[in-house]
Amino acid sequence: MPNTRIKVPKSAKAGDVVQVRAIIQHPMENGFRVDSQGTTIPVEIITDFVCSYDGQEVFRVKLAPGISANPYFEFFLTATKTGPVDFRWQDQDGTETTATAPLEVT
Amino acid sequence: MKLLAPLAVIVVAFGAATVLGQGNPLPPVSGYDFLTPENQALQDDDFANPGMLWVETGATLWAEPNAAGQSCASCHADGSMQGVDARYPEWDDKLGRVINLEQRINDERQTRLGLEPLEYESEALLGLTAYIGNQSKGLPVDVKIDGAAAASFERGREFFYARRGQLDLSCASCHEQHVGDHLRAEVISQGQTNGFPIYRVLWQTMGSTHRMFAWCNEAVRAEPYPLGSQEYVDLELFERWRSLGLKVETPALRR
Repeated sequence: MPNTRIKVPKSAKAGDVVQVRAIIQHPMENGFRVDSQGTTIPVEIITDFVCSYDGQEVFRVKLAPGISANPYFEFFLTATKTGPVDFRWQDQDGTETTATAPLEVT
Repeated sequence: MKLLAPLAVIVVAFGAATVLGQGNPLPPVSGYDFLTPENQALQDDDFANPGMLWVETGATLWAEPNAAGQSCASCHADGSMQGVDARYPEWDDKLGRVINLEQRINDERQTRLGLEPLEYESEALLGLTAYIGNQSKGLPVDVKIDGAAAASFERGREFFYARRGQLDLSCASCHEQHVGDHLRAEVISQGQTNGFPIYRVLWQTMGSTHRMFAWCNEAVRAEPYPLGSQEYVDLELFERWRSLGLKVETPALRR
């Protein structure tokens, strides 16, 4: 499973806008490069990144071959109630990588 | 006194430079200072710096047990690698030559853990090197070039000043004589190695010192040496000596 790093604050007050960060180790091979023998390196990318907060989808990205390796996302969400923040990356072949962090709302 | 004070500063500065790197014609400047502010910010951000992904890979491998249940962590306590990267490449009595950190990792894996050596430039070796290097982050480069390592250092110096390739350029032609000038849109750095392994934006991945050497050799249209070759280890030793006075930045971000 690819290496991932996520950052969600441990706790927040209800109504606070909190910063969420996520990065995944992935080559994001665009399919246009050739190796030293002149053979095309096949495309290998992540196609979808989804973040859910307490079971509800809050952030979704469709990724394309033009995006750099090890894609990094940073966004904000409003803390409403205590629940898990789930991250899911989906590869072009359907492989899913997940990570999760709890967010405690006081 | 008015005249003497600046003179004293010069004498002190010169004295320090002499002690740190006798004969180094350039006061060392890290590659960090040649980056755009955006890339500097990316390196400084311990979360967003992509090199930290490899540091985590290394941390996992560090504690990964072999068949007998032993791992690096069995002998070496957490954080005990602090200062190790800062002093490599280093002379090894048993092997009778100067070796770099990658070779030390592989030697330890083979002799103490009975594992196969990791391939140069593999994700695993880059990870372990980055993990160990990261523990020296902020410490001054502290390489030894005297004693048994002296011959290796001299070979490294010769390599650095030898012209090579179809473009007939030495390392010094750019990284000493044209520092701060432009190669197309790129500002030429001093080619310091205090942040290796680096996350190189051009490569979109992590790379070792030797991959960088090979890349530079190819850029002047010279046949690169194999990664892990003694020629490159000698050059690495010389390069590290040029970095005396700089701090370890592993994992650094470079263009």
